[in-house]
Amino acid sequence: MTIKDQAAVVGIGRTPYWKRGQSYPETEMSMACTAILAALDDAGLAVTDVDGFAIYAHACDPATVAATLGIPEIRYAASITSGGGGSAGALGLAASAIAGGMATCCVTLMSLQQLTRRLGGSAVDGMLAYATMSEGGGSAYGRGGLPPSVAFTANNGVLSPGHGFSLITARHMHLYGTRREAFAEVCISQRSNAAKRPMSLQREPLTLDDYFDARMVSDPLCLLDYTMESDGAVAVVTVSADRAKDLKQPPAYIMGSAHGGSGRWGPAIFRYCQTPDEEFASSGHRPVARRLYEMAGVRPGDVDVALLYDHFSPLVVLQLEDYGFCPIGEGGPFVEDGNIRFGTGKIPVNTHGGNLSDAYIIGMTHIVEAVEQLRGTAVNQVEDAEIALVTGGPASLPVSGTLLRR
Amino acid sequence: MTDNPFGDVQPGVFPTILTETHADESTQPFWDAAKQNRLVAPRCTNCGTFRLPPEAICFECQHREVEWVELPGTGTIFSRIIVRHPLHPGLAPVVPYVVGVVELDGTQGAGARMLVNIIDCDPEAIAIGDRVQIAFEHVNEEMSVPRFRPTERQG
Repeated sequence: MTIKDQAAVVGIGRTPYWKRGQSYPETEMSMACTAILAALDDAGLAVTDVDGFAIYAHACDPATVAATLGIPEIRYAASITSGGGGSAGALGLAASAIAGGMATCCVTLMSLQQLTRRLGGSAVDGMLAYATMSEGGGSAYGRGGLPPSVAFTANNGVLSPGHGFSLITARHMHLYGTRREAFAEVCISQRSNAAKRPMSLQREPLTLDDYFDARMVSDPLCLLDYTMESDGAVAVVTVSADRAKDLKQPPAYIMGSAHGGSGRWGPAIFRYCQTPDEEFASSGHRPVARRLYEMAGVRPGDVDVALLYDHFSPLVVLQLEDYGFCPIGEGGPFVEDGNIRFGTGKIPVNTHGGNLSDAYIIGMTHIVEAVEQLRGTAVNQVEDAEIALVTGGPASLPVSGTLLRR
Repeated sequence: MTDNPFGDVQPGVFPTILTETHADESTQPFWDAAKQNRLVAPRCTNCGTFRLPPEAICFECQHREVEWVELPGTGTIFSRIIVRHPLHPGLAPVVPYVVGVVELDGTQGAGARMLVNIIDCDPEAIAIGDRVQIAFEHVNEEMSVPRFRPTERQG
């Protein structure tokens, strides 16, 4: 038995999106509650129906949310470990809780506000904090202090996720001849998708000249390859497939979900770069993709729209390879040939504009877009969209993918 | 730049922000050798796999015991980036600086690579495949920071 087709996303809700730091006087809790209530309203459900939280990246404290909203009883509260890589996989967590009889109505969400702190950090203290953040296994009860391995990388100048992903990108360019024109096409195509959406934060047209005029941040990545930083909250609600049929919206059934990755990917990014070469220049999604398609019983050619986590544009190219839309190493030419364009491409990608142009709510906007595509209500609606792929990460493991169908 | 929190910085050389090694018995031999400008790495006594940074258990065979092996201190750049945007104002005089993944001669490569600042190079010219050699900066009694520089041309 698997979770295939046993649960469905039935409600989506969100706050407005803001540029980083602009959501004040909202708080992460107030935005989370707003998004959850909106998702429940969308589904035709009430606060009293909610009994589970299936989250990732420590999106919220379910106890506090439950007390604030008046959720009568929590029966399930679990998070996928690590960070944004778990966004799509949290739907699998919800489906497994529901299929396993542990909960009946699960909330998945992200609420993000960056007032005084920024993801990645920037001060000297932040650098040291960053140098230690991916060490993993931290416990309040251990020896305390920094782990001995930190001293091997703390002084190397790798200070942000962008630096780590630039190292992966540079290797891909070296191995396969991938060009910056491909990364530009990711940025430009997604911007043109966002341009038609009133809620998207970045809607001005973007040209190839704009791209090549943008300043380099961590060569080979320029400013436009980096996602923007945003404030806001997005929540979705998942119930059993049976119950989903009787609710307000057409269900988006969870065909399959997988999270994880190769064991040796763990030390791949951010700190050590120790992955074998065949996987180093990848998104880390290959094993997840294989399990996901197997569970759902479909192939890459069956997918109508792909919502691929895009904190850095080159990683969209690498995911296209790892999810089988083109052969390994051919992601660059595949993208440059226009294959990810909405309306004309073989596989429309990030029809909402993605993290790069819509808003960066750590992957949740991708889930919402997948659901809207399957309902037929997306702004950039893919004709007759039946199956949508959503991913979370590349990041420290686990990375994740989920297939939804109408 | 006396008010620079990073001290006297130089172009291309990422400043030492961690001055203690936080060593335990699994890493101390590395720092002891570094003081003498020698690069050593732990090799599994069962299967011969090197592991850097040192970890307690071999990721290939789960054996614990290691022998410390002296390496030539040379290697090849596996990937590299040029950091151009200073993430702190104090780093403005440092950028651009190069960070590279170095595959060490005498090891199996993956699992024993070093992720290091590449110094004394033209950032625009340094490329994947270039040969580099280790250069330690002796910061204090315990910390000698490993960086790499392009290998001197022979002859």
